[in-house]
Amino acid sequence: MFLPVTVSKLVRGVYYNRHLISLSRIYLQNHQTKFQFVSIWKRFISTTQCVCHGEYEWQDPKSEAEIVHVNFVDKDGKCTEIKGKVGDNVLYLAHRHGIQMEGACEASLACTTCHCYIADNYLAKLPTAEEKEDDLLDLAPFLKENSRLGCQIILDKSLDGIEITLPAATRNFYVDGHTPKPH
Amino acid sequence: MRWRYLRHIVRKYSKDNNRFHVGIVGAGPAGFYCAQQLLKTIPGCQIDIYEKLPVPFGLVRYGVAPDHPEVKNVINTFSKTASNEHVRFIGNVTLGRHITLAQLKHSYHAVVLAYGAEEDRKLNINGECLTNVVSATKFIGWYNGQPQNKNIKVDLNAEHAVIIGQGNVALDVARILLTPVDILRKTDITEYSLEALAKSKVKKVTLVGRRGPLQVAFTIKEFREMLKLPAVSTNFYEGQMNTIENVIGDLPRPRKRLMQLMYDASQKLESRGDKSFDILFYRTPISLLGSDKIEGIELAINRLEGDKAVITNEKYTLKCDLAFRSIGYRSIQADPDIPFNRASSIVPQSTGIYSVGWLSSGPIGVIVSTMSNAFQTASLIGKDFEKGLLSDNPKPGYSYISKILKDKDRITIDWNGWTKIDRVEIERGMKRGKPREKIVNVDEMLKIGGT
Repeated sequence: MFLPVTVSKLVRGVYYNRHLISLSRIYLQNHQTKFQFVSIWKRFISTTQCVCHGEYEWQDPKSEAEIVHVNFVDKDGKCTEIKGKVGDNVLYLAHRHGIQMEGACEASLACTTCHCYIADNYLAKLPTAEEKEDDLLDLAPFLKENSRLGCQIILDKSLDGIEITLPAATRNFYVDGHTPKPH
Repeated sequence: MRWRYLRHIVRKYSKDNNRFHVGIVGAGPAGFYCAQQLLKTIPGCQIDIYEKLPVPFGLVRYGVAPDHPEVKNVINTFSKTASNEHVRFIGNVTLGRHITLAQLKHSYHAVVLAYGAEEDRKLNINGECLTNVVSATKFIGWYNGQPQNKNIKVDLNAEHAVIIGQGNVALDVARILLTPVDILRKTDITEYSLEALAKSKVKKVTLVGRRGPLQVAFTIKEFREMLKLPAVSTNFYEGQMNTIENVIGDLPRPRKRLMQLMYDASQKLESRGDKSFDILFYRTPISLLGSDKIEGIELAINRLEGDKAVITNEKYTLKCDLAFRSIGYRSIQADPDIPFNRASSIVPQSTGIYSVGWLSSGPIGVIVSTMSNAFQTASLIGKDFEKGLLSDNPKPGYSYISKILKDKDRITIDWNGWTKIDRVEIERGMKRGKPREKIVNVDEMLKIGGT
């Protein structure tokens, strides 16, 4: 009776802290001190996808070196400064801090509800949008040259101070701005 | 300004009978997005969402193609909203049949109509009632397991299917017809339609539009999927794509990228397999031919004058044994008291009675447009509330409506009931290696989740 409970608690503990473990893995890799157990842990923890569900963004930055400052400007022009960290997904970071960025498809590249504008001096620092993201951006109302999908932006140190503007909402818009007549 | 907050606080901490009550009709994306935003703009308000079917999510469940599961992720957000203690889901109740708008007005401070656009537009030409002339909307409802469309007659023992219309709905139908069945087996498509599609003989699908390539309504993501379908070659008719080459450069970005993709596809002539997907421009259907079953479509050749298609005297017949009409949706007036604009089939905003989604904007646009429309309407309701335009008297909310429903012996489904149905569907799907196997029988749904 006693043993299974303890084991299940252990497993659950490891499972719930899997981000810490994957973080430590990244840390270890970055610091050239690979240990044997890393490969063993890899078998039962998710090491890639966990970043995409938004739990990682709920962890505070561990050190000053990890912090990436992000300025969100909402549709009324109000600016909110947020301390993100390296590896954060902008969409989930916005969710954590109550910024109105939707993310209906949960970062699976199927909608445009996290459409945003990136300040010009940071645009070039982002990896270029892949075809799928561009296809979706074509559906975004008020598409601009500096439009991107928030869920595709992963913070790194070079993006420190990035300014992200949310588009204004509108009524009755269509894919490319024209108003279609009924058939 | 301070009064505003005081009013919020009074509402927030007052007892149920003094709450701000909102009734939403329709549990699709528009209804849920509106509820989500209302919870933020009017803290402490009570929201009741009514749905005609026993199950929620509207077109996300019954419209989004089964091979686009990512789009359905939005259900998670909606479920979060529905689990809020101030949100109530009431399934299996139809406005205009079980309850009236007058009763809703009596029970709620604000009524939000979000029942979308369920009717499809008809061609209004001869032969529309021939066998195997199918509404694309109903066909989509059929393979997605919409209870009212589960029995529609469509004979897939046909080689050539013609789809009239060139929007994303038309492309959805074409894609489902041309996708290898083994790919569809892994989706939440209904089992009976899988069986029918496995026996399908459809080799060729033609998309017919009145205007030219520059006016197509489908979007690039959907068109690119057609180009990537295994063993299907995409063809254009000779001479129809040459004219756009010179104008591509001057188009705005979204059109430019789509036109470039279409143009590049038209220049590739290699055959990719035995199935084909053809796109035919500048044609208007004049009549559907056949004695009992459809045998062909008489098409008139159009000329483009500006942005308008003008019919010429030239006609010819395109043979086919299956035809879909996919020329748009239309909203209905669910209750005679609804301030319905007949000309445009929409409900304009008025104080106390609001509309969201396709009922408010017309049946166009993707989920982001519905979302932003719903958010705007919610903030409009918030403003009306703050200005004191909405009645300050206590309203009975669901307690009044529930009495009416009880008198009529109407079985309803609450959120708990839906989660029961959801669980059964997922279990049944697991046995078949699908994400879910939808229940298509309303009585069965009520048996599992009804109260």
